[in-house]
Parts: sequence; structure tokens; C-alpha cells
Amino acid sequence: MNPDQHATGRLALHDATQGELIRVRGLVQGVGFRPTVWRLAREAELVGDVCNDAEGVLIRLWGSSAEIDAFCQRLMLECPPLGRIDGIERRLCAGAAPAAFTIVASAGGPVTTGVVPDAATCAACAAEIHDPADRRFRYPFTNCTHCGPRLSIVRSIPYDRANTSMAPFAMCPACAAEYRDPADRRFHAQPNACPECGPRVWLVGPDGADPTAADPQALDAVDAASRLLARGAIVAIKGIGGFHLACDATNAAAVAALRARKRRAAKPFALMARDLDVVRAICRVGPAEAELLRSAVAPIVLLDRLDAPAPGTAAIAEAVAPAQSGLGVMLPYSPLHHLLLQDWERPLVMTSGNLSDEPQCIDNDDALQRLAGIADAWLLNDRAIVNRVDDSVARVMGGQRRWLRRARGAAPAPLALPEGFAQAPRVLALGGELKNTVCLLSPGASQGTAQGGDQEAAQGADQGGCQEAAQGAGQEASPGVSQGTNQVTSQGTSQVQATLSQHLGDLEEARTAREFEQTVALYRQLFEHEPAVIAVDQHPDYRSSVLGRRLAEDLGARLVEVQHHAAHLASVLADAGWAADAGPVVGLMLDGLGYGRDGTLWGGELLVGAYRHWSRIGHLQPFRLPGGERAIREPWRCLYAQLVAGLDWPDVRRRWGDVEVIAALTAKPLAQLDALIAKGLNAPLTTSAGRLFDAVAAALGICREGIAYEAQAAIELETLARQALDEAGYPFAFADDEETWQLDPAPMWAALLDDLAAGLSAERIAARFHLGLAEALAELAARAAQAHGIETVALSGGVFQNRTLFEAVTAALRRRGLRVLSHTQVPANDGGLALGQAAIAALAGGS
Amino acid sequence: MSHGSGGRAMAQLIDELFYRYLGNPLLEQGNDQALFQPPPGRLVTSTDGHVISPLFFPGGDIGSLAVHGTVNDVVMSGARPLYLTASFILEEGLPLADLDRIVASMGAAARAAGVQVVAGDTKVVERGKGDGCFIATTGIGVLPDGIEIAGERARPGDAILVSGSIGDHGVAILSKRENLGFETEIASDSQALNDLVAAMIDAVPGIHCLRDPTRGGLATTLNELALQSQVGMLIREPAIPVRAEVNGACELLGLDPLYVANEGKLIAICPGDQAENLLAAMRAHPKGQDAAIIGEVVEDPHHFVQMETTFGGSRIVDWLAGEQLPRIC
Ligand SMILES: [Fe+3]
Ligand SMILES: [Mg+2]
Ligand SMILES: [Zn+2]
Ligand SMILES: [Zn+2]
Repeated sequence: MNPDQHATGRLALHDATQGELIRVRGLVQGVGFRPTVWRLAREAELVGDVCNDAEGVLIRLWGSSAEIDAFCQRLMLECPPLGRIDGIERRLCAGAAPAAFTIVASAGGPVTTGVVPDAATCAACAAEIHDPADRRFRYPFTNCTHCGPRLSIVRSIPYDRANTSMAPFAMCPACAAEYRDPADRRFHAQPNACPECGPRVWLVGPDGADPTAADPQALDAVDAASRLLARGAIVAIKGIGGFHLACDATNAAAVAALRARKRRAAKPFALMARDLDVVRAICRVGPAEAELLRSAVAPIVLLDRLDAPAPGTAAIAEAVAPAQSGLGVMLPYSPLHHLLLQDWERPLVMTSGNLSDEPQCIDNDDALQRLAGIADAWLLNDRAIVNRVDDSVARVMGGQRRWLRRARGAAPAPLALPEGFAQAPRVLALGGELKNTVCLLSPGASQGTAQGGDQEAAQGADQGGCQEAAQGAGQEASPGVSQGTNQVTSQGTSQVQATLSQHLGDLEEARTAREFEQTVALYRQLFEHEPAVIAVDQHPDYRSSVLGRRLAEDLGARLVEVQHHAAHLASVLADAGWAADAGPVVGLMLDGLGYGRDGTLWGGELLVGAYRHWSRIGHLQPFRLPGGERAIREPWRCLYAQLVAGLDWPDVRRRWGDVEVIAALTAKPLAQLDALIAKGLNAPLTTSAGRLFDAVAAALGICREGIAYEAQAAIELETLARQALDEAGYPFAFADDEETWQLDPAPMWAALLDDLAAGLSAERIAARFHLGLAEALAELAARAAQAHGIETVALSGGVFQNRTLFEAVTAALRRRGLRVLSHTQVPANDGGLALGQAAIAALAGGS
Repeated sequence: MSHGSGGRAMAQLIDELFYRYLGNPLLEQGNDQALFQPPPGRLVTSTDGHVISPLFFPGGDIGSLAVHGTVNDVVMSGARPLYLTASFILEEGLPLADLDRIVASMGAAARAAGVQVVAGDTKVVERGKGDGCFIATTGIGVLPDGIEIAGERARPGDAILVSGSIGDHGVAILSKRENLGFETEIASDSQALNDLVAAMIDAVPGIHCLRDPTRGGLATTLNELALQSQVGMLIREPAIPVRAEVNGACELLGLDPLYVANEGKLIAICPGDQAENLLAAMRAHPKGQDAAIIGEVVEDPHHFVQMETTFGGSRIVDWLAGEQLPRIC
């Protein structure tokens, strides 16, 4: 947002004191916006009032043009930390100036549509809990308008305390006074609380007793938990959006016990460190990463480990992140975390509180029961978590923040859709099967009353809201509005908003599947969303698709089935602000797999098109997955299938029979695999890029027999590749006919097997594979782009969360003079799928 | 096997074959219909077309299967099976020796199940228009008063039992048909369950549901029952009996045994407090010696069948629209 734009769009000037109606749109409710307006108006000695209404915030201000200009500029600059101003419109308003500036109670009707994300503890609140003189000293539920829980505690709209899990806690007089005082940081902070009146925390040991009592040195329950952790215990901790399981990350025995009890063999554990210094002692932290760690989102950030930890630093237990060059680290984001970690010079493991694959617990009793075999103690509290919100996960790639999982702190902040979506119907998109998120398209603030109508209607509505507000404040109604709309700022985007839910998880998992419908219902309620269109994936058996088809029938909504990779393409286009009519791009969509138009499983796709039209112009060489889903879990199957698809097996045995992996494959039940492949029996045809990575990993002995978590083989392969980045890439063949650009990995396999025979290191082979593939993909895309007269290439799909591949493909495309579109607001994997589905469905005609 | 005008002699041969192996007083009435006095109780009937490749497989053939399939469908109501009718569609070129084997096997299966084949028909179709032999059978049985067993009767709190190892039939057929060459031969479980069911009803007359998990396997059948009864089901993976060689073959082929067909197993649902009784009765019978309690019926507005896995997680055991297509992205 550029405040300079202010000067450009003005239509009316007035030197004399006049009333103006100032409409502010954006994330301006529930974030402490009105007190900021109040403060700025008072400081500028201007009179008027401010209220929330259905479209955002409405201000009436009396002053000269110059004074009001200055006021608007300051408002832009001093927007509260959790807020975001998308636009300010001004016009004259008649009427007598009031005596002072006041905050007016919300006009009736639907005031707050939407809910803001949970936000990490702000600096002011963090200072209070560490100040022995403060009344919130060591109080774990301290928050203010700039921080604290939001989505995780809300049951329904409007976002008022009564509709949150803070409802049972009546504010004490001191808290109530803060809540009512516009000058206070806690003015209208719905979760406001203190030790007198708010939620409390307690510790439960395995026998049900409180270990705090048994530890005379402990200051309180949080301190007692911290001291248990220091002695090697595993403690379940109720946080903002769910439970964590914590232990000392440098205590190998504790970490090993946690792995065994959680039945999580290899998937890395996230860490939480007290401050950046603790992080910097173990990991490289660049400026972008530091900013991300300290942001109000406070995500888990994937960081590279230091080659050697800072002197005097205890080593992170190997089992925290086996076979990974990186670590996922976050900073404390609730007062409870700040207090817990206060004395910790080393990080804690903070992994989700669940058995492997299940969603994390959010309820005290549930946690006591389900984590009974895992935790040694439970740090519980009596503020209910209403909505499960996982930790967000991000990584800096190509110098920018990329979401790997968009959840706590990020969702459900609305995403602005690009130009050309203004007429979009209300769409509900239900996403994929794994890493599911759902997406709602809603008319944005300016469309709230004006959709399909003209601007006059919207102004009329504004005026009505203002009147009501003014009357509510006991002031004169002020009819009469000047005709011109003084457009102070504009983003050049439509006002249609896309609300992407937090990461909901894997819908094959029973609890997640069970809650999925509830979550969809909750989102519809929170955002007052009655869908006209429901978008689902084309896969016949995705749970989300099954539910979507039923929901469309129940609600009489139009059903749009969107091909998986078309949705990925639209997702990155919408993410990157590509306008609805901006023309086609070339899309490189690389993922595990998605249901293809021809009924085969796609996953290494070259598309051309945009939201409305697209076609598949190329792909990786198809091959059969012998054993279907089994082949996804056992990379050796992908390896064998790749080798027999591209090379002749007897020839492979003749030429590379001495290579360890070929000998190992020969000992496998290949006759049966051959039968599956030859007959296409439980051996679906696929162009999956993810499976190509699995196959290469298997060749190097990584996860050959099985993976313990999704994408493990590819992640470990990239870890190897990063250790030898200066290699030349392997060759790929371009098997293009007239209209299809195909990439054939056969020459890569021959070269790779030669390297294995020659004893080249796994690191160099992994690097050569990454670079060769990146170069080949870029070349493929460039050729297609040239043939279609296109200069832009969009990248999406989970494989692009591989930093090495992403950065190499991006560089190779730019070297070829192409513009690259990639994800920055939503994940490249299926977590961003729903946004693409929604964008396509919004523009898909039909009645 | 020949077709058309030259087939008259052949038709006679076939008739003789049927009388030889299936003969009984009702069939031998020689009319176009069999006439009999219905016994007291309610009549139960069911019909099923049997189409299978290969016609002969370890543990059975299409002849015995045509008896078992329909007998079991009748029996799953709690009825005692009495009569069968059979309609044969034979493909020109089917070796007479094969037909002899099939009908002989059918006769043996019928005798073992205590049913009589009382009417039949044979058609011969041109080469290429059939898969050797199709057999459609219809069964009639009698259900004593007081027994109410049906798919909509499962209630929260009920126990879910299975009569033995699952997946045997489907894996046997697949490995034979596709010539997969497993070291140990896996035999189909094809068998009639009338005697097992009789023993079960003796022990626990208040059984709520019985169903044989044929096509679509245990998973699909449980989903059908859950939907019919408007309940959910919770099953435990480690409790589900699967033979080691079937499990091994499934792992290799990437199949989920829960979705593989059975032809001689049943699912029983009964009140939870009678589950141990029923289990004991099943285990006392040779066709139920590997019976197990695999889970329970729960309240669930979603009618999910949910499985606690061996690894401690829990996943939805879904209806599948088509073949098992991977869903992992
Ligand atoms: Fe995908
Ligand atoms: Mg049947
Ligand atoms: Zn704060
Ligand atoms: Zn208080």
C-alpha cells in the first residue's frame, strides 16, 4: 500500500472545516482499529466518531481537507499490527460537528463477518508477564488487542467474548475497565484476562496428582513443568490451537522415548527456542527467517543447521530430525510458552500432541486419555480450544517466505483475489485428500450490499449505517452526501475475498474425516457463507469430493469438479495475482499424484492455460506403479518400475549387475511385479514427479524398503543433494511429438547407474539428479512457452517445496528470459489446492 | 460343446449329466417346473449369477461356487436352504470333460449343503460370446418363526464377528488367473455356511445381522450394514484374521485384504453381551474355528466404518467408487 497514492484520486477540496465520511476496508475489525482511530483523532484534535459496520470501519471526521489528509496518512502508517488496510474512501458529509471524538457502539446487523488469526504474544504483553510488579506477572493467558487467541477460541460470530471459550470467565473490575477504555491496549480485547478473573493452568502427573506440590522450588505449575522437562520428562502442554508434547531437545534419551511412545519413527520433530540467540546457536538464520520467526504468525521455520553448533551449545539429539540437514524451529508464541522457556538456553522439542498420524488433542480429558502412554505429565488449563489449529510451517526459498503449512497465525486471514473476479459467485471449494484445506469465496466488504447493484446503492447503505451509528451515539443524524467518491487509495484488486481455512489434515484419518464436515459448517457460519457453487477434486474417492457432491445436492449449489493439476495451476495464478483475463501461462505442476482427465494418475504435468481454459501439453514419461498405493510406500517398487519403463531389464542386469541396488532388486519378487505391470493389474499408469524422486532415492539406498512419512524419500534425497550443489546435471530425453512435450528419464537412469558403478558419492548423484531434472524441466517449459508465444511460467505442486529443485528451476527459467510465478501466500502442495479450485469454479460458467 | 442344429445329441448328453450328478425326485418329475409343498415357516429366496475366471481354482470351481453363493445368500437370513434351480449358459467349445467336472462338483456341493437342485436350464452360445460357462442359481429356504436377522438391525453396542480368515477367495482367484506363481498355493474358502449358521442360531437366537462379505470384501459389506442400520462401526485391525500367505500376497500385490472377496465367510452382528457365546459356538464348528470378534457397532451420524490400525492410528475404511486408486498426493 502506497500512501503517496493519496494525493492522486481526490475530487473534492475544502479548506474550511467540513464533515467527511471515511470508509476503511480491509482487516479492520477485532484488531484494535477503532481505538487507533480514536487516538489519532484526539491527537489531531479532530471531532467525529467511528464505528464498525458490515463493510469494515466507518469514520466521520470534521476538519479541513489538509487535516483529514494528514489523519488518513497516519492511519495508514499506524494501522494496528494485526490489521490491514485495503482501501480508504472519502466523501463529504453534511451535518453539525459533534463536541468530541467518540467510539460508537456497532450498528446493528451483521457487524463482524470473519475472524482473524491467532497472534503471537506482543512485546508489551511479554514484558508484563516478566515484570514482578505487574498484575499479570507470570500470568500465562495475558493478551491484548495486538495479540492472543482468536480463531482457536471462537464458536460463532460476531466475534464477541460471549461467543468464544472466554465466555465462562467474567472480567474482574480491573480487566473490565481496560476493556472499556479506548486509550487502553486492551480496549475490546475479547480474551482479556488476568490472574484474578481469567483461565488458570495446572499440572497433572501420571497418578492424577499435581507434581507442583511435590516440588517446593517450583514457582507455579508452569515452572514445575519446566523443571520436569529439565529432568528429562515428556510433558503434554495445552497451547493455543492444540496440545504439544515437549521434551528437552538435547536429551537423547527423552527424545528417543518420545519417538517410541508416539510411534513416530522418523518424521522430524519441531523445536521451540526461547529467543533468536538460542536459535542462532544451532541454525543459520537470515534476515527473512528472523523476521518470520518473530512475526505474529510465529510459524515453525525450516532452517539450515550450522555445520558446527556455537561453542558451549548442547548438541540437538540426533533423533530429533534424522537424516535431515535442517531443523524446524519456532519461537514462543503464547505467554505460557514464554514462561515455560524462560530459563531454557537450549530448545525444547514441541511436537504435536497425538499418536502418529492422528490430529493433535485439543481437549483436557481427551489429552489425558489419548496421551496416557506418551506423556509423563500434563500442563492443562481451563480455557477450551474450540478450533484445532496446527502450527504453521514456513521456509524461505528464493529469498521469500513460502508456506509449507498455513495454519495458526495465518488462517483465516483473507486473501485478495486478482482482478476479474468481481462477479464471482459464493464458492465453497473443498480441497484435496491430504493436507486438506477448504476455501470460501465471498463478496468482499464493498460487495457486501452492492453486489449486482450500482455504486449508488452501496453509498445509500453507507449512509444508513452512519445514521444509525450517529443516532446510537445520541447525535444528530446527518443526511445528505456529496456525489463524488473520494478514492484515497486503491489496490487495483477486486473486493472478492478468498478465505482459506487452516490446515485440516489428512481426510483418510478417521478423526480428521469426522471433523471435516463440522469444520466446513463452522467456516460457513463464521463467514456467513451460503455457497452457490461447490468445487471439488475429480478424484472419485477423495472424502472431500464425496462430501462436496452431497453438500451440493443438499444446498442446491452448482457442483464444479476441478482437475487436480488445473487447480494447482489456478492456485499459483491466484496467489501471484494473475488477473482472470491476463491470458494463458505455461504451468509446470509437479506433485505426488492427482486424478487425471484420462483416469490415469498425473503428477508431472506441463499445462498451458489459466483459470477458464487449460490443456495438458506435456508430462513426464508415464510408468506403472506396481501395487498402487503400496508403491508409494515402498520406493523400491517405483525404482524397478522406472527402470523397466525406460531401460531393458536384462540389459540393466548385464551392464550394472554388480551395482548393489541392481543386485538388491534382483532378489525381489520381480516376476509378480512384472505380471502386475504387464497386465496393468493394480498398477495404475502415472506421470508422477514425486515417484521419480522416490525411485532415485531408492537407487541410492534412501528409504528403499519403505517410507515412514509422506515425501520422506524426496526430503532425504534433497538433504543429500544440498551437500554437493556444484555438480553438472544428468541428461533427460525430450520425447516430443507434434503436440506433446514429454520428458523421458531413461538417459538419466543410465548415467546414474554408471555413476553408482563408478562409486560416485550419493551426495553428488543426488545433486546431479536435482540439477539435471531442473534444467530439463525448464527447457521443456521454455520450448512449450515459445511454441505458444508465452513468456510466463507458473510453478506449483508439492514437489516445488523442494528448495533445491525450486531454486534451480526458477534460475533456469529466468536464464531463458521467462517470468516465473510461484507461491508466496498459500502452500504449493495440496494445502493450496482449494484456492485454485475456488478460482476456477468462480469463473466456470453454467447455471 | 457345439452349438446349433448339430447340438441335439449334445443336449441329451448334458441332460444325462445333470440327472447323474444332480438327480433327485423333484428334478426327475421331468416337467418344466418342480412342484413341492412349502414347509411351515416363511419362505426365503435369493438369486445369483456366477461368472468366474478361471472356471477351476484351488479350493473349488464354478459349479461348487454356484451352489455356495446362493445357499449362503439364503442362509444369511437365518433360513434353512431347501432347493436350488440352475441356469447354465455354456460357450461353444467348452470341453465336455470340464462340464462333467463342474456338474459333478455342483452335485457334491448341493448334497453337502443339504439342498436339492430341482429345476434347470441350459443354453449354448456361440464361441466368443461366453466365458466358458456361466451359472445362475436361485435358492429357496425356510425361515422358522421368531428369527429376525436383517441388515438394518445392527445397534450401537453390538459386537461384530467374522467367521474366519478373510481374503482367501479373491487372492486364490487372482493368483490363479494372472498366473502370479506364488510359492504357496492359496485356496479359495468357497463353502456353504448353512450348518455353521444353524449352530450359531442355536446358541444365540437373537443375532441381529448376518452377511457374507463377497464382492468388495469385508470393508464394503460393513459399510453396507452401517448404512442400512444407520450406525457406525469400529473395527480393530489386529483382531481381523488374515492368513499369513494371503497377507503376504496382498502386500506384494498392493491389495488391501479388507476389500478382497470371500465365498465361505460370514459377518455376524449380535448384542454385545452375547458376543462371547456366539464366538464360542462359532469356534466349536469346523467352519468357524478361526472366528473372531473384530469390533463393535457405534453411534455415528456419518455411518463411518473406522479401523484402529496396528500402528495405533485410526483410519476410515471407505466405500470405494471403483478399483482401489491411490489417493496420496
Ligand atoms: Fe497435488
Ligand atoms: Mg450374492
Ligand atoms: Zn499483547
Ligand atoms: Zn481480571
